Amino acid sequence: MIQVFRLFRHEMKCLFYTPSTYIAMVLSLLLMGFFYFVTLLTISTEEQDQLPPTLFFSLFWVPVLLIVPMLTMRSFAEERRLGTIETMLTAPVRPGQLVMAKFLAAYAFYILVWALTIAYPILTAWVLKQPEFNLKLFHPGALTGGYVFIAVSGTLFVSIGIFTSSLTRSQLVAGMLSFSILFMLIVGVAAIHMLHFESGAGSLLPDTALDYFQIFEHFDDFSRGLIDTRPFAYYLTGTLAVLGFSVLIIESKS
Amino acid sequence: METPEHSIVAKSLCKRFGKTEAVRDLSFTVDQGEIVGFLGPNGAGKSTTLRMLTGILPATSGHLNVCGKAVPYHDREIRKQIGYMPENNPLPEDMRVIEYLRFRAQIKGIPFRQRRKRIEHAMEVCELHRKARRRIIGTLSKGFRQRVGIADSILAGPAITILDEPTIGLDPHQVIAIRRLLANLRGETTVIFSSHILSEVEISCDKILIMNQGRLVASGTADELRKEFLPGSRYRLEAAGTADQITRSLHSLGDDWAVDLNPVPMDGYYSVSLLNNENGSDGKKVLNYLMNVEKMTIRSFHPIRPNLEDVFLKATRRSWEVPAEGIPDSSKERKPE
Repeated sequence: MIQVFRLFRHEMKCLFYTPSTYIAMVLSLLLMGFFYFVTLLTISTEEQDQLPPTLFFSLFWVPVLLIVPMLTMRSFAEERRLGTIETMLTAPVRPGQLVMAKFLAAYAFYILVWALTIAYPILTAWVLKQPEFNLKLFHPGALTGGYVFIAVSGTLFVSIGIFTSSLTRSQLVAGMLSFSILFMLIVGVAAIHMLHFESGAGSLLPDTALDYFQIFEHFDDFSRGLIDTRPFAYYLTGTLAVLGFSVLIIESKS
Repeated sequence: METPEHSIVAKSLCKRFGKTEAVRDLSFTVDQGEIVGFLGPNGAGKSTTLRMLTGILPATSGHLNVCGKAVPYHDREIRKQIGYMPENNPLPEDMRVIEYLRFRAQIKGIPFRQRRKRIEHAMEVCELHRKARRRIIGTLSKGFRQRVGIADSILAGPAITILDEPTIGLDPHQVIAIRRLLANLRGETTVIFSSHILSEVEISCDKILIMNQGRLVASGTADELRKEFLPGSRYRLEAAGTADQITRSLHSLGDDWAVDLNPVPMDGYYSVSLLNNENGSDGKKVLNYLMNVEKMTIRSFHPIRPNLEDVFLKATRRSWEVPAEGIPDSSKERKPE
């Protein structure tokens, strides 16, 4: 465990040394700031059923598709390209420890970027100075639900990024792979669900199974304050499985 | 048989990558404290062998013991005993030298109290302790980068230090610095390094292993390899007289002597090479004979030692010409196990 902590600290340092991390952070925050602005505009023009935090978090997938590949594509691909993974693995470090450290570092950064978005409602409240609107901006259920969803689903998204980075020595390929997989997982599953294939005995994807994989459904539950254990199981087991595959890839390619 | 003084014992080691056989039936031993040079043309299997020794690359078949432990079963423990600098010496570009060594010391499990001392020692041995210590690795020259790689490999005081091409791309000054560094390591650790600079290997190493096409084609000290691959006694002399007379006189030494006279004299002296294919031919006898030859004046007489380059070329050429089964394993011949 101490070895994972040492590697995690090193990975965090490396993330903070790298310009691409800051670019990812700034771009994501700009994008999310724009979404927050659009959310406020929408609310100001017509009455909405949903609260501002819920509307803002419902667009979670766009920043995810931007942040996760940019944060994770470097992790193993760059080490493999430079060859530093070889020196790393000839020290008494297990591939599992390395994968876990890289995952935790990228995940911590992912959470940090999302945590910074709390500044948006704070700034809005400070600029508007309307106490009755603050109740909506800082609605505890919507805010907590949104952030819990981001934290839980982020484990799977980041692990997918780490996995794709372990597959190749090209950062570009890793980034494209991770973007494609995340897009299929988030948007693709929702699209299949929307097509309403006829379910029956011969159906490959029964509706219940599709519902289980529906990330937007999970988001709806979380934003309503409904904490169900099934999404937790889905994201956490998915994360462990994907990280397990990454370990196998690192072991086999070293 | 494996004895405690053997740091490494490899028996019938093979490594395949698909259909390609990178290492074939490789057997050798390395004793504790030895400095061993790995030679071979590009693609001979040197780096693959070194990577197998570190445990990072599993062998397809064979038996490999490092520090008395079988590599596949104790790879984690063995990694603690080994310091390794891979080919091309990959280093993180954005870190400072001292930061990198601190991090490496941490993950190598050096206790906190010893960490500082060990880092300072490694930097001192590699002459990084002055200006380079706070430099960003990406801005260092090739020579200094090599030193950082070597400092990392000796950081934890390993029983075995494996350096894959530590002298590649270095200028002569830097090569001399690396030679000095290897000399500093003598007695501290067993060193195995691969190189293409044969003169370096000859100067620095106690033992030389030559590989070609995945096979070990020669092993032993430089003198043993000379005797095996370029047997015989060689002398060069400068003699005054007529070319015909000198040749005739030298031929009278015996049929086992080959005489090669340069027909263009320098300052009235002819340069002549004498070669006897038998090992251990006595130069003193030859010189005594030559001194007594009439009408021939000897200005200089000295033995010629073939350099390692000649041995290397001969050994690798022989392995290309002879099929695998035909190559005698010199290590087995000398050190039966």
